[in-house]
Amino acid sequence: MIGAVRLIYEGAFNLFEGPMRWLQRSLGTQRMVWVFLLPNLLIFGLFTYLPILLNAWYAGTSGDRILLGDRPWVGAANFATLLDCESYLNPNSCRRDLFWRAVHNTGWFVVLQVGFMVLLSLIAALILNRNIPLKGFFRAVFFYPVLLSPVVVALIWKWILQRNGVLNAGLDWAGMGTVNWLLDPNWAFFWIVFVSIWANMGFYVLILLAGLQAIPSDVYEAAEMDGTPAWRRLFRITLPLLTPTLLVVMVLSLIRAVQAFDEIYVLTGGGPGSATLLLIQYIYDVGFATRPRQFGLAAAASLMMAGVLMVLTLAQLAATRKRGEDG
Amino acid sequence: MKHTLTISALALMAAGAAQAQELRFMCYQDGVECEAWADAFATFEAENDGITVIVDEVPYAAIIESLPVQLEVGEGPDLARVTDYGGLARFLLDVRPHVSDAASIDARYGQSLAWSRVGDNAADGIYHIVDQLTATGGFANATLFEQAGVDMPGPGATWDEWAEASRAVRDATGVDFAMAIDRTGHRFAAPAISYGAALFDDDGHALVIDDGFRAFSEQFVGWHADETMARDVWAGAGGGTYQDAAGEFINANLVMYYSGSWQIGRFDRDIGDAFDWVATGGICGPAACTGMPGGAGIVGFNHTQHPEAVAKVMEFIARDDVQAQVLARTRNLPANANLQAEGIAYEGVSDDVAAALTAFASSVPGFSDTAFALQGYQFNRAVYTTIPARITQAIVGELSLDEALERLEQDVADAIAAAQ
Repeated sequence: MIGAVRLIYEGAFNLFEGPMRWLQRSLGTQRMVWVFLLPNLLIFGLFTYLPILLNAWYAGTSGDRILLGDRPWVGAANFATLLDCESYLNPNSCRRDLFWRAVHNTGWFVVLQVGFMVLLSLIAALILNRNIPLKGFFRAVFFYPVLLSPVVVALIWKWILQRNGVLNAGLDWAGMGTVNWLLDPNWAFFWIVFVSIWANMGFYVLILLAGLQAIPSDVYEAAEMDGTPAWRRLFRITLPLLTPTLLVVMVLSLIRAVQAFDEIYVLTGGGPGSATLLLIQYIYDVGFATRPRQFGLAAAASLMMAGVLMVLTLAQLAATRKRGEDG
Repeated sequence: MKHTLTISALALMAAGAAQAQELRFMCYQDGVECEAWADAFATFEAENDGITVIVDEVPYAAIIESLPVQLEVGEGPDLARVTDYGGLARFLLDVRPHVSDAASIDARYGQSLAWSRVGDNAADGIYHIVDQLTATGGFANATLFEQAGVDMPGPGATWDEWAEASRAVRDATGVDFAMAIDRTGHRFAAPAISYGAALFDDDGHALVIDDGFRAFSEQFVGWHADETMARDVWAGAGGGTYQDAAGEFINANLVMYYSGSWQIGRFDRDIGDAFDWVATGGICGPAACTGMPGGAGIVGFNHTQHPEAVAKVMEFIARDDVQAQVLARTRNLPANANLQAEGIAYEGVSDDVAAALTAFASSVPGFSDTAFALQGYQFNRAVYTTIPARITQAIVGELSLDEALERLEQDVADAIAAAQ
């Protein structure tokens, strides 16, 4: 049976051998690489680069029609509208105040979410890297929320945080009074950061754990023999050797934080008011949720966001490279 | 001989195929509308040999999101059941040239026909037939009023009177909320008009923020500050997101709920005998006692290969006997003037439901012209989605009411300008 399968498998591959040899003879070895790359490039071009180009084109048009031919060309007008501000620090002074509120909210969200996420992930990874009881169980506990759909995560937390939710029931039972967690702008913002960390932390803990386990144990053994205290081992061995992994975690979590949408949309809908409105939701609202749909404005906002993300990513990569060269 | 027979049979089949006209009808339903129409079309097909109507039931989201995209690229069904007449106006088929008695349709559906006569559409075109007229209005939990020993405001009562009575009931019974209004500009518009909002300028452009609009906005924000209104509904979401409070009303946690006639079936099903509820009809402000009309209707599309057949379907849908039969099953309000006058013999409804349907139906003739004009306004969706976004900012204190209203006016103007 196994022999038959093997024969079929080999036969299938041999089917390609003839045409491939012919192709290589016709194109030459140098050009042959394009034959293998082409299918991937085509798929990538069709589903990634073409949409980016279309997005850029849409950003220069206006109207609510979908077909590009029906959309009047307005050049940079959509960008000018978004950037029309007396002071970028005061959204109320901007023509598109909601865009700038979303920019401010996203900025704070990224700073708080990425900062706390990296810190908490690091602490969790350090603890889970030690020989503690039920280590496997706790690793699973941290990773479990990553497996959940963002909508499920948001619905679970909505049931916990709403007026008659689990948290308020507990507080009420303890005689501490209740709070409308999602109706107060500050609390709502706190909870979107918290829930986002809760939902994504496991993924970064896993990456950091892998980084920690890659540090050779003999370095620690030597430090221990020298009588180096634990805090010094952390700051002089663990963190420096973990830096490349930490930078990866920071880049990934930063990109993901800027792209945050689904959990927050289900949990707060961007409210109360615009307290938890982030950039992606603004783009979604303008382009799809409100009528008439302003695809041009949404496309311009998404291009601006992509630009900022690219700058941040390049800056982090440059920092990594510099560190590599220095180190 | 054998060949001749075969060729003749093929020719007959080809001729038959050429005559057979299959129409696709994209349908969404709140209750049993699609089933009722599918059954009714059996009669249509029997009367119109060669025309078949296939009903494709889809979720409402498909009507709102997928259908416009399909139409934009020249695809999509021949007919659909829709609510956004203004947004779809340029794709709609004017069946007037193809129907046998256009004057009769005008006479019976006159007021609602105007909803799709917008943009470049003909001023006398027949583009849709409403099969589910809706009216906004209030619902009150009669059992809570009884338990609280508070007299329920009667017909013609004002918003202030309802607010005062609802607060008294809430305080006496300990429920969470006195009043709630669905989070959409459509629901907000009715009390705003009742407070004197004109909404349109002299050229027919919305949105005008006048004293009436400002007065109700101020009242509405104030009712959130003093907790007369359920804060969870408007402050609990952002942007133009729709949110209702039906769940709170069904759970007897809300004294008075301003929504619309489409909730009747749901309340009948979900509340059952748990408590008594009544429809309040129109609630009055200083200027009017209007609600907002609205509702679903059936449209044909101008890309269809069979405009005459679509027109035949539309004329069938508009017939009094057909509408009466379908409405009796779907428990919806008629847009047909004859049926409004005669009334509908709804099948198997409880006394609560019958009373509510009557209350809503009788409130429609008193609706203000401004309310009908807004429902037929091409850019009404811009108004409906912008109002909650901006008014909520005033409710939560992000903007002052003056700033919010200024932004609201600008947003609607920007959205309309961008669409033109």
